[in-house]
Amino acid sequence: MTDQPLKSEALTPMELVCPAGTPAALRTAVDAGADTIYCGFRNETNARNFPGLNFSLKELQRGIDYAAQKRAKILVAINTFAQAGKTDLWKRSIDDVAQSGAHAAILADIGMLDYAARTHPDLRLHLSVQAAAANADMINYYAHEFGVKRVVLPRVLTVQEIAAINAEIACETEVFIFGGLCVMAEGRCALSSYCTGKSPNMNGVCSPPGDVSYEEYPDHLESSLSGITINQYPKGEAAAYPTLCKGRFESAGTTGYVFEDPVSLNAAHLLPALQKAGVTALKIEGRQRGKAYMAQVVASFRRAVDALSTGDNIPLETLLAPLTEGQKSTKGSYQKTWR
Amino acid sequence: MKPNPQLTLGPCLFNWPETMWRDFYFRMADESDFDRIYIGEPVCSKRLPFRNSVLPDILERMAAAGKTVILSTLALVTTKAERKTLQGQCDQDDWMIEANDLTALAFLKGRNHVIGPYINLYNEDSIEALSKRGASRFVLPAELSATTAAKLIKAAPDPTYELQIFGRLPLALSARCYHARLNHLSKDSCRFVCDQDLDGRDINSLIGQQFLAVNGIQTMSYGSQLLLEELPSLIELGIGAFRLSPHTGDMISIAKTIRALLEQEISAIEARKAIEKEMPNHHFINGFIHGQAGMKHVAQSLAV
Repeated sequence: MTDQPLKSEALTPMELVCPAGTPAALRTAVDAGADTIYCGFRNETNARNFPGLNFSLKELQRGIDYAAQKRAKILVAINTFAQAGKTDLWKRSIDDVAQSGAHAAILADIGMLDYAARTHPDLRLHLSVQAAAANADMINYYAHEFGVKRVVLPRVLTVQEIAAINAEIACETEVFIFGGLCVMAEGRCALSSYCTGKSPNMNGVCSPPGDVSYEEYPDHLESSLSGITINQYPKGEAAAYPTLCKGRFESAGTTGYVFEDPVSLNAAHLLPALQKAGVTALKIEGRQRGKAYMAQVVASFRRAVDALSTGDNIPLETLLAPLTEGQKSTKGSYQKTWR
Repeated sequence: MKPNPQLTLGPCLFNWPETMWRDFYFRMADESDFDRIYIGEPVCSKRLPFRNSVLPDILERMAAAGKTVILSTLALVTTKAERKTLQGQCDQDDWMIEANDLTALAFLKGRNHVIGPYINLYNEDSIEALSKRGASRFVLPAELSATTAAKLIKAAPDPTYELQIFGRLPLALSARCYHARLNHLSKDSCRFVCDQDLDGRDINSLIGQQFLAVNGIQTMSYGSQLLLEELPSLIELGIGAFRLSPHTGDMISIAKTIRALLEQEISAIEARKAIEKEMPNHHFINGFIHGQAGMKHVAQSLAV
């Protein structure tokens, strides 16, 4: 056995985990250099249950074969909360993943974790961000009780807190670095169902398109969700999608983005810090995104992660700037000032 | 025949000044007839010192009055101090704990506990997984419909199920403090500005639609849950306890009205009139339990 390397540049390269909403997107992500691709079944078991997206079991198996040729792995997200009286659909999906040869299942529901751990002790389990495990005690509990091997951290933590967590836990961590940004603790938000009746936890959707409307006025455009005004834009200004928590509201005479600006997450800047913090895998959000967009994002982050190993400097922010929502991005909770 | 449902008082979610918070619970000890009273600070750990300074006096008064008290715990646990606090609360056998974050399970080590409304419960498998680990009572999450609750309870009938029937509903938690943000302060130097809004701070749309409320790191409904006409159906489907969430105004009076309704001494219409009079600033909603948008008020009877 050789001595363990001590130099910081000998850190294990971080794994690049990329989304795929369709079999074609999966191949695109593999070709663009993703180490790992996550996807979901075409049903209510996954949190991006949008028309025209997701995989049948057969498509998943083909995807696993395609990825294997390039040494890439497939994760399957079964990350919604199972519906009462219908949990067999979730259990069957877990059974399917166990038999498919996928690398792991990503679960959020404690009942489904319990089922998977009991029924498929060899199935590798990742804890979904929807489970919002935000501290070492909770992560260790999931690892101990259900054999969870990796936890996707909720977007409520600073880089320092992530480093502290990694020092205290036995399993791996995965963090979001790019794409949509939840302002609230994930999997614990009922804002969408409060407004529309449909939520991420119950329906796999947030601020669903069917409830969105836009109305033109002489001097402005107004976006609404279920009849509640989410934002107003002066003529000529580009309108963002009316995600509830990124709207403009009024409170005691003050008007503004009460919860969050219409920004997306870009932690490209923080890759070295995240690596030092002991993060195993970097996750890109966006299973609903198109192939061209994803090819560019994945290839850019591939270069960035490789550059991190070689010590090269890559101007990633400028490379990715045109791809972020409304051209504005944030480092989110990773920086303490965000709070 | 189902047993009579219990009436409970949930933890105060707002940053009431120390003496106001203490006097509120003294009065609940002296005058209320709640079957259970939950006390604690689920929202913000920075408020904990103000709670802990008066909590022993409150617990003593509650014990003297023969009240059943459950300690309600933090809903979002991240920092070392928060974990330590939670561990201390869980690692004792004097008071039962309401777990509002699954972190508590690591510390409860199988002790009998209540699962609070901040923990995801959508199916019977979750109930079973948590029951195996010591939970005996479940407070249903705000967004759950009666239809879902009925299926869940039918499949897992043993535990007690509790449901909030009065007060603003907790909808979301964030690492960010919205009270601080609205006051152009950082969370670390927030000056406890959330104490300016004793029932939460209203958030309206740009055209004046009353929509949400913020309470520190918590986002709540603008509307206040009020389930009255629904109670017989909810009892029938197996809800065993109804929770009132504290607001300013006379909570003893609200409790009396609802108790009278549960005892069938008054009608739902009479109860509604009395509560509307007592809480004139509340806009009452009930959409979630009807399987609709939570912000709605649904006049139809509850179909389960």
